[in-house]
Amino acid sequence: MTLADLAPGETAKLDKIDTRDPGVIRLMVLGMVEDITVRMENVAIGGDPLEIGFFGSSISLRKEQARHFKVSRINSSPSK
Amino acid sequence: MIESTEVKIPISGIGIRHKARASIALIGNPNTGKSTLFNRLTGLRQTTANFPGVTVEKHEGTVELGNSALNLVDLPGIYSLDGTSVDERIAVDVILGRVPGTQRPSGLLVVIDATHIYQGLYMMEQLLELQLPTMVALTMIDAATANGIKIDIEGLQKALGGIPVYPVSSISGHGLDELKEGLEHVTEVETPAIPASWPELSETAQQLSQQLGSDWQRIDIIQALLQSHPGFEGKLSDQLGHETVDGLRSRLFGDDPPVAVEARRRYQWVKTVIEDVQVQAPLYEKLGARLVRWTNQPWPATLLFFAVLLLVFQAVFTWATPMMDLIDSAGSELGQWLVATLGTNAFSSFLADGVIAGVGSVIIFLPQILILFLFIIILEDTGYLARTSFLMDRVMRTVGLSGQSVIPMLSSFACAVPSIMATRVIPDRRDRIATILAAPFMTCSARLPIYALLIAAFVPNESVGWMNLQGLVLFALYLLGIIGGLGTALMLKSSALKGPKPHFMLALPEFRIPNLQTVAIKLFDRGRIFLKRAGTVIFVVAILVWTLAYFPRMEVEPTVSIEPGSTLQVQQGLQNARSAAQMEQSWLGRIGRTIEPVFKPLGWDWRVSSAVVAGFPAREVVVAVMGTIYAVGAEADDHSLSEKLRAAKWPDGRPIFTLPMVLGMLVFYAWCLQCAATLATIRRETNGWRWPIFAWVYMTSIGYSGAFIIYQVGSMF
Repeated sequence: MTLADLAPGETAKLDKIDTRDPGVIRLMVLGMVEDITVRMENVAIGGDPLEIGFFGSSISLRKEQARHFKVSRINSSPSK
Repeated sequence: MIESTEVKIPISGIGIRHKARASIALIGNPNTGKSTLFNRLTGLRQTTANFPGVTVEKHEGTVELGNSALNLVDLPGIYSLDGTSVDERIAVDVILGRVPGTQRPSGLLVVIDATHIYQGLYMMEQLLELQLPTMVALTMIDAATANGIKIDIEGLQKALGGIPVYPVSSISGHGLDELKEGLEHVTEVETPAIPASWPELSETAQQLSQQLGSDWQRIDIIQALLQSHPGFEGKLSDQLGHETVDGLRSRLFGDDPPVAVEARRRYQWVKTVIEDVQVQAPLYEKLGARLVRWTNQPWPATLLFFAVLLLVFQAVFTWATPMMDLIDSAGSELGQWLVATLGTNAFSSFLADGVIAGVGSVIIFLPQILILFLFIIILEDTGYLARTSFLMDRVMRTVGLSGQSVIPMLSSFACAVPSIMATRVIPDRRDRIATILAAPFMTCSARLPIYALLIAAFVPNESVGWMNLQGLVLFALYLLGIIGGLGTALMLKSSALKGPKPHFMLALPEFRIPNLQTVAIKLFDRGRIFLKRAGTVIFVVAILVWTLAYFPRMEVEPTVSIEPGSTLQVQQGLQNARSAAQMEQSWLGRIGRTIEPVFKPLGWDWRVSSAVVAGFPAREVVVAVMGTIYAVGAEADDHSLSEKLRAAKWPDGRPIFTLPMVLGMLVFYAWCLQCAATLATIRRETNGWRWPIFAWVYMTSIGYSGAFIIYQVGSMF
């Protein structure tokens, strides 16, 4: 599954990142690299863009870029 | 004339005063409280200028230390040295000493936000490659404590190879004295020879820089290897040969993009450091935090967004009125006093009708502008403006832009000039230019007076449901501006500026209470820029219009004998008739009649046409020009001016201001680009005349066409 498939409130570990998209590299510079834990904070009305939280930061990105991040979910039940 | 509208404050002389002092660059991630720290350290001893050649603002200030002082340069926030936006490039070029005319700093004060040390440490590791004396100010330390974050300062210093770290709170002032003491010795700080996060890269670059000689600093080689600086990349291949460089690259980066590998390597190290030095206590969420979290949810946030917009517009219109009335009456009284003291002659008319009426007609908007900017600054400093980008991204996507264009477009409601500068955060040049061309369509505060005048005169003050008809028309005009702007963006993005779909990525800051001093300083800056404009370009235009309207004088001055007992109205009527006759044969009147045919298809007579032409350099002057032209004397207070407008007739007796003509004129003002300062800003931001000329021709044509269609179609009925 990819980052785009997480529901709001779910956390996941970033497994593999497809670095061919230049937008993805800019996200990596902001700290979205392999092995960190991220949380889907919010999804805008209409399902896009997404807000991802990690290490106290919130980054907003579009689904298109989120699909380049393979993740594994950490807790399956979305917390409130 | 256009050059004089530049909103920069000269810094000549400052360099000489501070020449002996060490110059320290203040650098950090965006939203780390960097500017607040800058204000705290320098107080009001600061200047604002532009970096040579670009409009990125350069804030410089003096920090008074015990026995010495140093020069602090505040730079735009960056996340890394590989940034692509204009702001980031400038910050990086300044600290690397690549900006001509700006001396390379002799040390760095790096601002790291204690609640975001993850990204802070990444940038820090890159900065250590510069081998400059460096010191860290760990800001937001009280916010970190409130969030249950504890940081082991000594451990952090050790991880950074002995770089001094000073925890500070810019809000309470804790730790500032210690930081200042440390700053006295900043240039003596020893930076680690090899930063800990990626020793292979640092060592490779260090060896090469020794091999290649003094022209090559380590950071130049790193940027060449990372391919993050096009200039150095080619130069390094020329020096070492392509094969050697390719070999180095494949050893360091494998097959992955170098910058991605750098992020991976350095963040891996940052993660281990954070595990060592930071303790995050589990924390129950406080009420305030929960409230903020709730308002970040998509639906509440959208509702809140419209509520905030409504509040801002309401405030701009109602709060400013008392102040505006005060300025208005002060101006007219000053004018009357001048005429009374100096007598009725060319000089008193020049001062009262030219300078005071002209410049005053613009200064009257200062309260509105300050209120608008106050809101925008508060929204910015609480982090809310960045949130709106997240909310509006979806809408902007339909016109081919991203949420990053939202902030510039929203601030265009105040003034297009700062908003065009705010587009610098947009990384893609095509998206940036599309946003720059859309921004002048938004209803800026200078359009308000002409809207207010025409609406008050020609739209009935009736209620439609629970809304007021005049308010509705005004709202429709704002909408018209938005439609024009978004339509332009859509058109450009699907033709001349067609490109890949924009990425949208933005760090969303959390809610913060704005710092009062920072807000005050920013507001003061904006007010000063506005007044400076009023004092330069508008001053010149006012004098020009007055000269054209005042000369040549009528050959026979009809002597108005004021009979004892004649009422004030009679006297004023006579005065007004005389000014009207004078106006007709003045240069302005002659010019007006020459250009009348151009605007006749829109239903405008020579008076309206010349007011419009006079308004091209700055639309603010239109009301003042109309006031003079319609012979109500210099104090064109709206009420009597609107009566004059209603009474204005063509030679054959038909009224000039019919509903189709007024609606057409409003459309013309909504879309026409009548602002030299905007054009000058577009020229500087796009580095050429191509886009400003396009913007002017395009906006003027669609404004004219809109007015033409409305008048012609409307007049059929």
